Amino acid sequence: MVPLDVLADAAENLYPARMQMAVSLGWHIVFACFGIALPLLTVFTEWRGHRRGDADLTGLAHTWAKAMGILFAAGAVSGTLLSFEMGILWPGLMDRYGEVFGFPFVLEGFAFFIEAIFVGVYLFGWDRLPPRVHMLSALPMVVSGMAGAFFVVAANAWMNNPTGFRLDDEGRVVDAEPWAAMFGPSTWPQVVHMLLAAYMVTGFTFASVYAVGMLRGRRDRRHRLGLLIPLTLAAVVTPVQIGVGDWIANTVADNQPAKLAAMEGLYETTAGAPLSVGGIYMDDELRYALEIPNGLSLLIHHDPDGVVLGLEEFPADERPPVNVVHLAFDVMVGLGSALLLVALWFGWVWWRRRRIPGTPWFLRAVAVSGVAAIVAMEAGWITTEVGRQPWIVYDLMRTEDAVSPAPGLYLGFYAVVIIYLLLTALTVFVLRRLARDKDTAAPQEAAAEPPDRATGEVAVR
Amino acid sequence: MTLAEVVLSTMFLGLIAYGLFAGADFGAGIWDLLAGGTRRGARQRDLIEHSIAPVWEANHVWLIFVLVVLWTAFPGAFAAVVTTLYIPLTLAAFGMIARGAAFAFRKSIATLGMRRFLGAAFAMSSLATPYFLGAVVGGVASGRVPPGIAAGDVVTSWVNPTSVLGGLMAILVCAYLAAVFLCADARREGAEDLADRFRSRALGTAVLTGLAGIAGLFVLRSDAPLLFEGLTGRAAPVVVVSVVAGVGALWLLATRRYAAARYASALAVTAILAGWAVAQYPYLLVDDVTIEEAAGGRATLVAMLVALLGGAVLLIPALVYLYVLFQRSPVDRDADAPTDSPEAVVRDPSGRASTA
Repeated sequence: MVPLDVLADAAENLYPARMQMAVSLGWHIVFACFGIALPLLTVFTEWRGHRRGDADLTGLAHTWAKAMGILFAAGAVSGTLLSFEMGILWPGLMDRYGEVFGFPFVLEGFAFFIEAIFVGVYLFGWDRLPPRVHMLSALPMVVSGMAGAFFVVAANAWMNNPTGFRLDDEGRVVDAEPWAAMFGPSTWPQVVHMLLAAYMVTGFTFASVYAVGMLRGRRDRRHRLGLLIPLTLAAVVTPVQIGVGDWIANTVADNQPAKLAAMEGLYETTAGAPLSVGGIYMDDELRYALEIPNGLSLLIHHDPDGVVLGLEEFPADERPPVNVVHLAFDVMVGLGSALLLVALWFGWVWWRRRRIPGTPWFLRAVAVSGVAAIVAMEAGWITTEVGRQPWIVYDLMRTEDAVSPAPGLYLGFYAVVIIYLLLTALTVFVLRRLARDKDTAAPQEAAAEPPDRATGEVAVR
Repeated sequence: MTLAEVVLSTMFLGLIAYGLFAGADFGAGIWDLLAGGTRRGARQRDLIEHSIAPVWEANHVWLIFVLVVLWTAFPGAFAAVVTTLYIPLTLAAFGMIARGAAFAFRKSIATLGMRRFLGAAFAMSSLATPYFLGAVVGGVASGRVPPGIAAGDVVTSWVNPTSVLGGLMAILVCAYLAAVFLCADARREGAEDLADRFRSRALGTAVLTGLAGIAGLFVLRSDAPLLFEGLTGRAAPVVVVSVVAGVGALWLLATRRYAAARYASALAVTAILAGWAVAQYPYLLVDDVTIEEAAGGRATLVAMLVALLGGAVLLIPALVYLYVLFQRSPVDRDADAPTDSPEAVVRDPSGRASTA
């Protein structure tokens, strides 16, 4: 094969491959969030229900368990595609660094396997197992969901801060230490940030479903509880997330200063750098931004006059696309702050009056909080992934060198877009049906009457 | 056995598990396709649904396991295979998505039209996915994947006689396994007539698979001489095991000993896969890259083995629990059939369903 041909194809493949990966990951991560956080929410509610002999609570938990089954099925199939895409789209990355950072994916394989098994056990065993055994069967789901998040995010953190190996004179990997590679400087802040995000997404999304119901006049006890429990989880987690955000921003400033500079649209290395909100970056300058004097230096160095590196420190071809990163970062922080206000509002009223705030404006705010949390989480991933560009492995391998040069690869992008549109439509359709009819079967449940025999209610245990 | 070979063998155990468990699930989808009209096929489709609903997600993870072990322990060979064979692999992945989503959501949907559409998607992708995976095996086994990223021909690497053979064999084996497994499932549900129907299907596909295997040897002799040489030479004993187990399974099916037939047919299929591995040894990419050459660093392989052993300790009991829980539970297919209370059935030591 002529090397020039390969290069031409690789350049052609780069953009569609990145978009394909973005669509696949961006889609999957939403479902991964539910896979991480929903088991805890569900089993907690089931536990309260059993303890108090409260049929509303166990009924709520059963509905959530079914939703969990549906969301888990959607997450599982989209996750499968991702494991193919890692190799099909980015063979250069896997070829050279697979032995260093592939390892957490092996562990994630086990975590996912165990989660899949116990999702099956939990749903299949709903009325078949004694309550205590049934609730115990949720624990492996809770633990493996968190562990799985750790392993996958650890692999991503490695791409941001590669550790655990040496390169020889020809640039080949020697002395790969896969355990050490899992614990680079970015791993813990990223993992904690993502876990909390998963709880926020799940909590706000589930609360928002019941807020919509209450706005439509369904103010029964089931709806109140359905709003209260997930919202409490989210409200507890949100303030912690703001603190973790500070932690991760500091880690980025230390290890990936170019990404931080792009997040803030900062061109010149500045002492006492301002925190910039909004604006457009052009000709090496951020214009029309709202600036909070010394804000960035204060945040990063906890010192109003601290020096923050600007994009000028990096060659032009090693700078990420600033506008995308800056906008995504602002969206994440903006929405996160708005969610914090909702959490504080709820917390204040609950503390003073032991009730859900009465005004419909609160319900409206909760109703949009689910979408807001998902958008904030996606914006966070765009910030870190686009902010790492042009590198796929920070400072070591460029994304364009990792992409597959196979001819026709770009067609996969169109196929993936169509498939995910269909999958989204199907998932939403089934979830809406579950919302209307509690007896809708989850994928892992065994019994549902075929439509030509079922009259009226579908028999599900 | 070297460290790399141990890791690869463990990966191959995962591949065998995928072949047996997910293979049977794919095969069940194929029988779903061939079950007939909505009303006539309803009972068979019910049986298929009940047999795979709680386990299909878990069964499916074996493939992910195979992929991640390959890309960590044998990164270069992995990159070569998935880039040269990216088209059938992408199509197989799409098939898995269509299959998983359709199967999962079919039962959550009440309208007949949507159910038919999803049922068709489920059944068609059950046919397509094993074909593409078999074609990938054919491409690797016939030495059409050279080392290097996308170095092979992205079309002829999977459109060739050995790949077609691999694809067809995969479909036949899946259908055969599913038919055998469903015999026992039908009996457990007390539907002897369905068991008989799947029994004749199992016998039929067994004969077809055997004939295709014999014809396949001629294909391999001309198209993949190295593989042919291995299968008739070093791997000959394994091939004999497969034939003996296959014939044994036929006899067990003929005498309606379905539980034993499961094991015999599983052994026959395992031996086919193992035969491929033995025939191809010591090459990972025939005949360019050996297992040893493709392996990653020692620390990675050791970490991998530790993880595989530790993971297995957690995984295997969980998996056994799932299957036991599921196989012991009743499945009431008719809303009017009375069932025992759940607790009573879980404790039922006979393991028999009590809905008949």
